[in-house]
Amino acid sequence: MFDLDFSVIPANSSLLWEGMKMTFLLTGLAIVGGIVLGTFLALLRIAKVPVLAQIAAAYVNFFRSLPLILVIFWLFFLVPLILGRPVGAFSSVLVAFIMFEAAYYSEIIRAGINSVRPGQLAAARAIGLTYGQSMRYIVLPQAFRAMTPILLTQAIILFQDTSLVYVVGLRDFLVSAEIVANRDQKLVEMFLFVAVVYFTFCFVASMGVRFLQKRLAT
Amino acid sequence: MNYNWDWGVLLRDPYLGWIIEGLGWTLAISLLAWIIAFSLGSALGVFRTASSPVLRALATTYVEIFRNIPLLVQLFLWYFVFPELLPEDWSRWVKRDMPFPALTTAVVAIGLYTASRVCEQVRSGIEAVGPGQRQAGRAIGMTEVQVYRYILLPNAYRIIIPPLTSEFLTIFKQSSLALTIGVVELTAMTRQIEEYTFQGFEAFTAATIVYSLVTFTVMAIMRQVDRRTALPGTFSKGAA
Repeated sequence: MFDLDFSVIPANSSLLWEGMKMTFLLTGLAIVGGIVLGTFLALLRIAKVPVLAQIAAAYVNFFRSLPLILVIFWLFFLVPLILGRPVGAFSSVLVAFIMFEAAYYSEIIRAGINSVRPGQLAAARAIGLTYGQSMRYIVLPQAFRAMTPILLTQAIILFQDTSLVYVVGLRDFLVSAEIVANRDQKLVEMFLFVAVVYFTFCFVASMGVRFLQKRLAT
Repeated sequence: MNYNWDWGVLLRDPYLGWIIEGLGWTLAISLLAWIIAFSLGSALGVFRTASSPVLRALATTYVEIFRNIPLLVQLFLWYFVFPELLPEDWSRWVKRDMPFPALTTAVVAIGLYTASRVCEQVRSGIEAVGPGQRQAGRAIGMTEVQVYRYILLPNAYRIIIPPLTSEFLTIFKQSSLALTIGVVELTAMTRQIEEYTFQGFEAFTAATIVYSLVTFTVMAIMRQVDRRTALPGTFSKGAA
């Protein structure tokens, strides 16, 4: 029962490392894409252009009401259909993550922009900057500084969420570990290992966020 | 885009029945997991703010472990690993004789995971009530248990209705993870309809609408509850 054999891990380290690289790549691209699209959505909502603000709000509320797995299935089905040719799981999954995470990032960024005092925008406009310039040089830099800890926390959540690519079989860390687990009949060892690895990354990262939060607060 | 539309597929036998059955499983997982998450999460939230350092450390450890491992990995741990670590008789029971093994595992895994999130909401609610109320309670001779029972928790719950609502909705969405261990809930049912009929557009649209409708309905109801139970003098939306 307890005769666990962890030698299966070093024996398959290159396969597992390939999977981990996929997890990191997906996380990194989804964070960048999610923040860019999320900032765009947040700016639309704040700019108070009536129809656009409502569309952005509807987008955010809509995506936040859906399970990530359903969004992954949607894009897995839609992207090849729209392009008219089969594409790998990676591109459709990446689009799914960017569209889904943008809804959450947009709410964080909107709160960050709102936390910048309105006098800042008024002052920027008063010295002759355009609305776009004021946002670009005055409001957004302060907003991003204030919300860095929350953005990083969301990044940790996203890192965990990428494990859901399991449902379309993309070879991330979890799927690679599962392949090894089934092939070598080492389910217990492999899943314990996966849990420990995820825990270590996320725990260390969340400690880092807490440290940063304290430094920003003073 | 080359696609044969057939919205009628959603109303045809057996697919309509599948969607309804799937929604039933989704709601069953969500509600049962919420019972675990809410009761355990509340207890942990109390522990995390209690005066005993042992209880505080216990709750903190629980939260750190459960929120730093992806839910999907936790689900696999409960389903594939946990039974192997038990004595043989128990292991057999968990794997085979237990009623609805996959469903039960999903409920437990999602419930225990969300308990760590509920704990943090309850903790922030208790902290929002403020130390003055706790001290006042102790000063008039209440025990710590009484202070929690009659002062801190009733106030804290009323403050955290909005975040608790979104935790419930998170469970509702995350119940879809149960499909990875073979529970055919709403998302899995629509995937199955796609695979049987190739009408992915219609099938996923149906799931999308159902998830959104349930989410917006729950939000509308809880907004009313929040308004009714708002604490006077707080910034809750309903407080007038």
